Amino acid sequence: MYDVAVIGAGVVGCAIARELSRYERSVVVLERASDVCEGTSKANSGIVHAGFDAIPKSMKARMNVSGNEKMEQLSKELDIPFRRNGSMVICMEESGRTKLEQLYEYGQENGVKGLRLLTGDQARELESGISKNVIAALYAPSGGIVCPFELTIALAENANVNGVDFFFDTEVTGIEKTEGGYLVQTSTENYTAKYVINAAGVYADKIHHMVSKTPMEIVARKGEYCLYDKQIGTMVDSTIFQLPTKNGKGVLVTPTIHGNLLLGPTATDIEDKEGIDTTADGFAAIMEKAALSLDTVPRGQIITSFAGLRAHSVKDDFIIGEATDAEGFFDVAGIESPGLTSAPAIGEYVAELLQRKDPAAQKHTFISKREGIPHMSELSEEEKQAWIQKDSSYAAVVCRCEMVTEGEILNAIHRPLGAKTIDGIKRRTRAGMGRCQAGFCTPKTMELLAREWNIKIEDVVKSGRNSHVLL
Amino acid sequence: MYSYDIVVIGGGPAGLAAALSAREEGAERVLILEREKELGGILNQCIHNGFGLHTFHEELTGPEYAARFIGRVREQKIECMLETTVIGLSKEKEITAMNREQGLFHIKAKAVVLAMGCRERPRGALSIPGYRPAGIFSAGTAQRFVNIEGKMPGKEVVILGSGDIGLIMARRMTLEGAKVKVVAELMPYSGGLKRNIVQCLNDYNIPLKLSHTVVGIDGKERVCGVTLAQVDDNKKPIPGTEEYISCDTLLLSVGLIPENELSLEAGVPMDRITQGPIVNEHLETGISGIFACGNVLHVHDLVDFVSEEAKNAGRYAAHYIKAVKKEQTEEIVIRGGRGVRYTVPQKFQIENGEETLLIRFRVDNVYKDKVLGIFADDREIRHIKKRMLAPGEMEEVRIKREELLALKGCKELVLALE
Repeated sequence: MYDVAVIGAGVVGCAIARELSRYERSVVVLERASDVCEGTSKANSGIVHAGFDAIPKSMKARMNVSGNEKMEQLSKELDIPFRRNGSMVICMEESGRTKLEQLYEYGQENGVKGLRLLTGDQARELESGISKNVIAALYAPSGGIVCPFELTIALAENANVNGVDFFFDTEVTGIEKTEGGYLVQTSTENYTAKYVINAAGVYADKIHHMVSKTPMEIVARKGEYCLYDKQIGTMVDSTIFQLPTKNGKGVLVTPTIHGNLLLGPTATDIEDKEGIDTTADGFAAIMEKAALSLDTVPRGQIITSFAGLRAHSVKDDFIIGEATDAEGFFDVAGIESPGLTSAPAIGEYVAELLQRKDPAAQKHTFISKREGIPHMSELSEEEKQAWIQKDSSYAAVVCRCEMVTEGEILNAIHRPLGAKTIDGIKRRTRAGMGRCQAGFCTPKTMELLAREWNIKIEDVVKSGRNSHVLL
Repeated sequence: MYSYDIVVIGGGPAGLAAALSAREEGAERVLILEREKELGGILNQCIHNGFGLHTFHEELTGPEYAARFIGRVREQKIECMLETTVIGLSKEKEITAMNREQGLFHIKAKAVVLAMGCRERPRGALSIPGYRPAGIFSAGTAQRFVNIEGKMPGKEVVILGSGDIGLIMARRMTLEGAKVKVVAELMPYSGGLKRNIVQCLNDYNIPLKLSHTVVGIDGKERVCGVTLAQVDDNKKPIPGTEEYISCDTLLLSVGLIPENELSLEAGVPMDRITQGPIVNEHLETGISGIFACGNVLHVHDLVDFVSEEAKNAGRYAAHYIKAVKKEQTEEIVIRGGRGVRYTVPQKFQIENGEETLLIRFRVDNVYKDKVLGIFADDREIRHIKKRMLAPGEMEEVRIKREELLALKGCKELVLALE
């Protein structure tokens, strides 16, 4: 019997697991996909929001501002890239000024530091690529960018190192109240736990209703994105948001932490909670809306498009807390934007809730630091040499576009919760994320996966159980 | 720091021919840097025949064609570093490279020949809507799986793009037991060689749908179908023409892009159309002593032409290091006019000591019974009748020294269809 079962290994589930691992508790994470970071956490903007657009005193506001503050320290502890590139909300209509000022007020109330209202010219001075039509802007220097994959993976690895068990390809099919807690039935085995934490993303309502009769509705809200080549990754330096208008919410334009340019997301509520297909309409909408922000929207250098599903609660706020009619069952639901930013704060908050409910001792052996996979492309020549001297496979380039070496791929396979799939390698090392989109490195990556896991190359999958590459 | 006369980056057909001719022209210290385990580049996976008709006047497979050059490189004892990736190139011609044995190291070259080849345009570049499951391959990746790894990437196949690799793979997959359901081509004509359409599609009754594209990819884990639609003159899908085709594999043969990351890093000026360096008649880029040839310069249809071009690049690189520096005279721009997308080279000097000026070019559409005019400023100096012109077939003209001498004082040479 575990003390806690966390359902879902997205960024929220992993952040909670890591925080719980600071205490003398046995924790298990159950994930229906083959790896961590397979749902909402893998397809989002990668933005660390400043926290000016959440309604004051809401859970979103609290978690956002606190999560933003924690991100710096966390990124150092977990050895992941994070940069405060600043966020800018641009306003292009006179009628928008009031809304912009309201965001400023919200920000002040939420405790966002360094907020500034800018004139159009001041905004263009900071960001020369933005539209001539910008008449005013709100600038938040504390806005940042992070790699959502590395953040989630690092949280999970660190939790695992601190004793948390992870089970993948394990879909929760039912939950029953038992004497001392809950029996969690899954597609593989049954697990028992005193407490259950529901961090199931778009499926949080389904999981919730396995034990609770109180209403909860989570809508899958699709967001489509276009990712551009690094060659134009410096078109903007800060994250450019559009002020929502009567024509709806705009799209953002941002550099990614790895130097690509990202445009999106759209927002469409959909029925299918697996519906992560991109659409021609979505693409057109991104192009049309981005054209409002930018002087010129780049056309030719898109390297991929993708879609993610936000877990939108019809209550329009994060739902975090113990279910009123199911003692020991905690919902962490409706974690849409700014969920990635909030995750570190949510993790801490949930751990505190549990402490209040059933205090556990601090674990003296807790290891807060994690050493990431070296990214050769980002290292100096001396640093590269040092890695190569330790292990010559760090000199063997597998992915030419992102300059990922065999050493990095082997490292990704052999670390805690090591990569078992092609996408797992990709999210840990960036192999296949470049401009050729894995055309050259796929055969080699598969060969390494097959060799290291001692499986047939035909059994190597892209991401899911049935996503075989060879038939 | 190593030091060489000529460093050739890439050991495919272009690099091999360039290194050989540099050596034949007297360059002593020539080095080939190749990232794969073997020399030969993409030829190693092109096990079909049809290579070498121009060069050797016989039909060879890709590996056979490569082997002839590799054999000569060995005979000439030209140094090769295999499994070595170049990670940096400066305009001072200093190369940074890595391999398992030497780690990270630097090479100083008197001249550099860029011969890195090209890569395939991926699905993402086309913004094809749909899911992103396993089973979507660029044709070259699929070719590698079938021909090098001996593995099948799929059983029921749709191919988008009728470039040569797509056509070759339609036949190859069929021969290996797969069912190729259709080849769809966005353009109203195929971008591949005529002979490949006949030998790879017609001979196997594989339908080619011109003016069609993929507008949807279905399948959450593995491809289970694609939706095709006809496109209008602006290449926009026509509503109502959608057709769902069940399949487990989508191969893409939608264009090749020269791999010029290193060229860009060195600051080599690029041609927007070819996506390769701008070169003069000596295949020298905008950086003195850096030459380019093969698919890194512009995408070729036939390896024979790559070899010929590379041979020239190697020769000019050898001349360069012997410092037979000619007087700089006025440069004349060469460009495509109506109907001509690009030319290589993009500039030349009259007093260059060469007997002929070879200009390669591509047209922008399919043309029948047209006249190609060569204009020196506004004066037509050549009038060439062409029965058939197509974007998929690279064309060339050669201009003799006598003709060139008459061009003194002219600003540009324009190739245009009349």
